[in-house]
Amino acid sequence: MLEIRWHGRGGQGAVTAAEILATGVINEGKYAQAFAAFGPERRGAPVLAFTRISDSEILTRCQIYEPDIIVILDKNLCTMEGVGDGLKKGGTVVLNTNQKAEDFLYMFKNAGKFATIDATEIALRELGTPITNTSILGALVRATGVVRLETLEEVMKQRFGQYAEKNISAVRSAFKETALFETGERE
Amino acid sequence: MNKKVGISGNYAVAYAVKMADVDMIAAYPITPQTTIVEKLSEFVANGELDASYMNVESEHSAISACIGASLTGARVFTATSSQGLALMHEILFMASALRTPIVMANVNRALSAPLNIWNDHSDAMAQRDSGWIQLWARSAQESFDDTIEAFKIAEETRLPVMVNLDGYIVSHMYEPVELPDEEDVRKFIPSRPLENRVSIKNAHAVGVVGPPEYYYEMKYQAIDAIERSRHKVKEIENDFNRRFGKNYREIEAYGMEDAEAALILMGSIFGSAKEIANDLRGKGRKVGVVSLRVFRPFPAQELREALDGVKAVGVVDRATTPGGSGNPLYTEIATALYGMPERPAIQGFVAGLGGRDMREDDFRLMYSATEKAAREGAGRCIYVGLRE
Amino acid sequence: MKCVRTTLKGWREIPEGGTITEPGSSVNFDVTAWRTSSPLIDQNKCTKCGLCFLYCPDSAIEIDVDGNYHVNLSYCKGCGICAKECAPKAITMVKEGH
Repeated sequence: MLEIRWHGRGGQGAVTAAEILATGVINEGKYAQAFAAFGPERRGAPVLAFTRISDSEILTRCQIYEPDIIVILDKNLCTMEGVGDGLKKGGTVVLNTNQKAEDFLYMFKNAGKFATIDATEIALRELGTPITNTSILGALVRATGVVRLETLEEVMKQRFGQYAEKNISAVRSAFKETALFETGERE
Repeated sequence: MNKKVGISGNYAVAYAVKMADVDMIAAYPITPQTTIVEKLSEFVANGELDASYMNVESEHSAISACIGASLTGARVFTATSSQGLALMHEILFMASALRTPIVMANVNRALSAPLNIWNDHSDAMAQRDSGWIQLWARSAQESFDDTIEAFKIAEETRLPVMVNLDGYIVSHMYEPVELPDEEDVRKFIPSRPLENRVSIKNAHAVGVVGPPEYYYEMKYQAIDAIERSRHKVKEIENDFNRRFGKNYREIEAYGMEDAEAALILMGSIFGSAKEIANDLRGKGRKVGVVSLRVFRPFPAQELREALDGVKAVGVVDRATTPGGSGNPLYTEIATALYGMPERPAIQGFVAGLGGRDMREDDFRLMYSATEKAAREGAGRCIYVGLRE
Repeated sequence: MKCVRTTLKGWREIPEGGTITEPGSSVNFDVTAWRTSSPLIDQNKCTKCGLCFLYCPDSAIEIDVDGNYHVNLSYCKGCGICAKECAPKAITMVKEGH
């Protein structure tokens, strides 16, 4: 079982990204769940979402406390309490930032791998609005290969209609531009 | 060919309603409404579903409109949640007493105050005496399947059916759902004209005064109907299982072949409870879990059979009866088990109120406390996860 | 005296959902004995405005083929609303048995 926790802000589309990923995984024949810890749905407020992926039926419906992967749609969330909590040793952090992964090492003591992407820049360029969810999906796929890019593109076509093309373009750009960083053995 | 898709519990219900080819949907569109009716209004607007869609000014009006439409013989649907269900309260009793086969999805959420839109069972439990059949889904798949079954149960018993699905944990969770062929669904629930009780040609007066000389008899008709619905529910479930390759029962159990301590619960926490039971059983502990898929009519006989030989049961209530002799599920189960010659100890739990996440440790605690009740007898109700 | 309860239908015989299946069943109820006074229409004063017809709570006012208004005394309870509402004062209430 692979457990992913998404941290975003209201309006960035973290919940939608979690759902697109799960739908893609299900379309590839595996089992998946996507859900959110819904709060008051305010624009800009911190949002938590979750995706579980498995080869067999998923029974549990608890929230995810010890994720394999943490995806952060806004680097300013990194300083918030609890964002890095519970990451499994050697786990992956996918982060929207224009900085280098090294700048964040100290915040994620257990991380074994970082994928950084300037998703805000890509979103502004491709969509004309700072909705970073689809760009960060490209980075997640690049870092983990958890689903095929083409599968996600199909899901987005279904879901976004006339906005699909721009979002697909954002995912592709992000996939290409993502920087991967292995932390190596850490204390 | 079945089609496997990744959708939320809400959408699963909407797809089921579409396949059931309903004639009329009445719903209040604002909080605490869910995307069930949003999706349905989309279907109607797109022409994918040929139904009359009525946006009303409150849930009270939604269910009232459903009764009116149902009396004309139409297949009707509405959906609501928490405060919306509470606002329907007085009309729910009319729906059952007037014998209108309405199907309603209720996304289970807490009742205010404090204002809370998250999952627990307060809303449905507060309506347990309204004469509605209550089905309890545990996943998006069951939300779909139960909704399909609900139309058949409603129309064959002429009683309203409430399909309950846990707020967010099922309603908003994306997960795999196998959608059957629409044709097979139509064969299971063919659109057959129900009796039109208010047509000009067949004029009836409905919703009349029932003075003391008549109220009692009329009330008893609805009581008798839900009692008799027991075998209907079973029969329809069996038919559904055969046609769609499922294995649904009013009660579903795990590990009960040798369990000495068992949790009893409803809704989506079954999965987590089963997973922990599986883990504990691997360590040699004789625990099991029973979930109720049907709460009304209450499957007391099936429950007694499932619990035969168990030393203690732990009842997980996700709603409370303040000042009562037990919480809603607890009192039902205590009543059902009272007549057993060797009845188990019954330990009460309250957990997951107002959307409080139920974690693995919570289930471990409940299994341990139930095992303790098996050894030492049950103690007072345990409020799991409550901060002191 | 026979107990009323035994003459009423049991729950199995009553139509489902408390429905009244016979339309217009109020015609079965003669209320002649309820009155202490009954309306008398002076056809010379009557302007055929129809107010009595509209206001009568028991639909006891009938209109004949010539458009004249009459009271069907089988359904008139003698409430006097017609007399009260009659604009040309064509209706008077007359005590029963006088």
